[in-house]
Amino acid sequence: MIKTVYPTGKIVAKTGNEAIAEAMRQIEPDVVAAYPITPATEIMQIFSQFIADGIIGSEYIAVESEHSAMSATIAASAAGARAMTGTSSQGLAFMWEMLYIASGLRLPIVMAEVNRAISAPINIHGDHSDSMGTRDSGWIQLYSENSQEAYDNMIQAIRISEKAKLPVMVTTDGFVISHCMEVVEIYPDKDVKAFIGDYNPDRYLLDIKHPYTLGAIDLQDYYFEHRYQLSKAIEDSKNIILNVSKDFFNSFKRKYDFYEKYMLDDAEIAIVVIGSTAGTVKLVVKELRNKGIKAGLLKIRVYRPFPSKQIAKELASIKAIAIMDKSDSCSGAFAPIYSDIVASLYSNGIVKPKVLNCVYGLGGRDITIKQIINIYEILIKIASGIKYPTNIINYINVRK
Amino acid sequence: MINLKSLSKFTERFVSGHRLCPGCGAGIMARQVLMAVEKKSIVITSATGCLEVSTTVFPYTAWKDSFFHSAFANSAATCSGIESAYNSLKKKGKIKSEMKFIAFGGDGGTGDIGLQALSGALERQHNMLYICYNNEAYMNTGVQRSGLTPKGASTTTAPIGVFSQGKVQNSKDLTQIVAAHDIPYVAQSNIGHWHDFIRKVQKALSIKGPSFINVLTPCRLGWNYKSEYTMAIARLANETCIWPSYEVEKGIYKISINPNPKKPVIDFLKLQGRFKHLFKKDNIHIINKIQKDVDLKWNNLKKKERITAESI
Repeated sequence: MIKTVYPTGKIVAKTGNEAIAEAMRQIEPDVVAAYPITPATEIMQIFSQFIADGIIGSEYIAVESEHSAMSATIAASAAGARAMTGTSSQGLAFMWEMLYIASGLRLPIVMAEVNRAISAPINIHGDHSDSMGTRDSGWIQLYSENSQEAYDNMIQAIRISEKAKLPVMVTTDGFVISHCMEVVEIYPDKDVKAFIGDYNPDRYLLDIKHPYTLGAIDLQDYYFEHRYQLSKAIEDSKNIILNVSKDFFNSFKRKYDFYEKYMLDDAEIAIVVIGSTAGTVKLVVKELRNKGIKAGLLKIRVYRPFPSKQIAKELASIKAIAIMDKSDSCSGAFAPIYSDIVASLYSNGIVKPKVLNCVYGLGGRDITIKQIINIYEILIKIASGIKYPTNIINYINVRK
Repeated sequence: MINLKSLSKFTERFVSGHRLCPGCGAGIMARQVLMAVEKKSIVITSATGCLEVSTTVFPYTAWKDSFFHSAFANSAATCSGIESAYNSLKKKGKIKSEMKFIAFGGDGGTGDIGLQALSGALERQHNMLYICYNNEAYMNTGVQRSGLTPKGASTTTAPIGVFSQGKVQNSKDLTQIVAAHDIPYVAQSNIGHWHDFIRKVQKALSIKGPSFINVLTPCRLGWNYKSEYTMAIARLANETCIWPSYEVEKGIYKISINPNPKKPVIDFLKLQGRFKHLFKKDNIHIINKIQKDVDLKWNNLKKKERITAESI
């Protein structure tokens, strides 16, 4: 077991899983309940070692399933604890009913979600099918491009969840981020602890002076209002996320927003993507710009709540856009990010951009520089007026 | 030691106004548990089911203590999460008082869909008491068979038909399954013998580590009897040895109530609509089989008591 602890902060080489475990050590939640699953297992192994070595005083519940992992995390949070968990793929799917309960009960849980394909066929590699399947579960979703962002997102997620009273999942691409070593700046413990602050919930089950019932049955007379309040809370969390980003910049000098724009402002063609693929796209954009092609990138960080109005505005004057989805919704129409973006454009009265949907990388299949160049080449054609079908999904690098 | 006089002075913690049926065993069970708790601080969790939906219709609650429900399969996992939160906050000095944790689940929520979560929580040795209020079928959804429904009982998913006469299979022995986890305290009881049940709840709460009570809780709707017979039927389950009252403490078996005389199973079966078809001429062999099974299990239990006593 690699045990790397840097209480005073350091620039080090870490995998995504190690960076997340390090964030969890610094956060030192009261309770963590988790179950092993590739490629997220390592996070909990490292975290367990921290406890075994007496470095932190958290309670670790080595549950017998992910359903119980989320159940115990929910219960610990309701009881008044700062509670966290982590999972991936089938584990997230096994948590499904509990995910909706975590958000419905407005519990500030933070989960490290390592993106992995969903069975069948069984596959352990990275795509976004798992977290995209939970996109309407009432969880805030923060996606990461690399280990640094994963580490930074974990720290911000604590503040966001506790202020918004909503659960937050921080995702990393399975293996591409979770198992690849990169340079990560670990901040000093005291700065992280000062940033997240103490957790003092207004109401909690262990408060014996104020006992209460949580999880009551809500029928036709109240259910709708409570679900509306949840929807409103997610909408309102947009401001919270931005405020936390501002504070984070003040403390750690790293800038975060709903999304990152890369050479987008004067772009004529653009790709929208989530996660680690953004790094490869940036490289291509730079090459194209060197050739005088006005290419750009919009990398989404906050997928839920969906920054609909802002994204529509950013993309309004772009001639041709490719939305790259690393999951397929099997809806018979389009993949998740595409559907969200086209709805956002249309509802904001923006109908000029031609928008292409590209599904790529399912089951961890590599996406190459050449394939991304190909997508931009298609966008160039569309932008110049050449007809290209945009009402079907383009499956990238699949044998048909 | 609790007696009727002291119970009469008990301040209710499970209060009236809930929507359980008249004569419902689950409500009686909850009340007896909270009598046993006396003045201890507790947090209660419950699986989805009659007890939960009928007592917490928003914005009302029948529970004066903190009560938490989230889903069907996870009462044990939920209780383990609360207990872990307590341990963590107590260690950090954020909570000072002593507290106990009680999980409720019906037979389906405990022994079928919730069995995995129960087994995990017991193995992890959480300091909690799990009470299975066992009414021998999925009553909340309308009397469907569970793994704990006894042979011969008619339910809406094991009905009486041309080819079968109610449930064909035996019920699974949940108390024995739990005892196989080697936890400090396991007991079987029934609400008809309130002193037995209350004593066992108190004993369970005094023990460090996980404890479990499987309490027979008649359901007047699903068992189909007159609501005033709840306690009498519960006692008959004990007197016929269909539902023996016993405990397993650190592996030692002890029968709590020895019926004398041991009544025939028909005394228990004949009062309930769910067994009415068994009294038809063609079905007498089912009753005979039930009697044979009960005799065998009762004798085995007595043997276990004898053998484990020798090991002390």
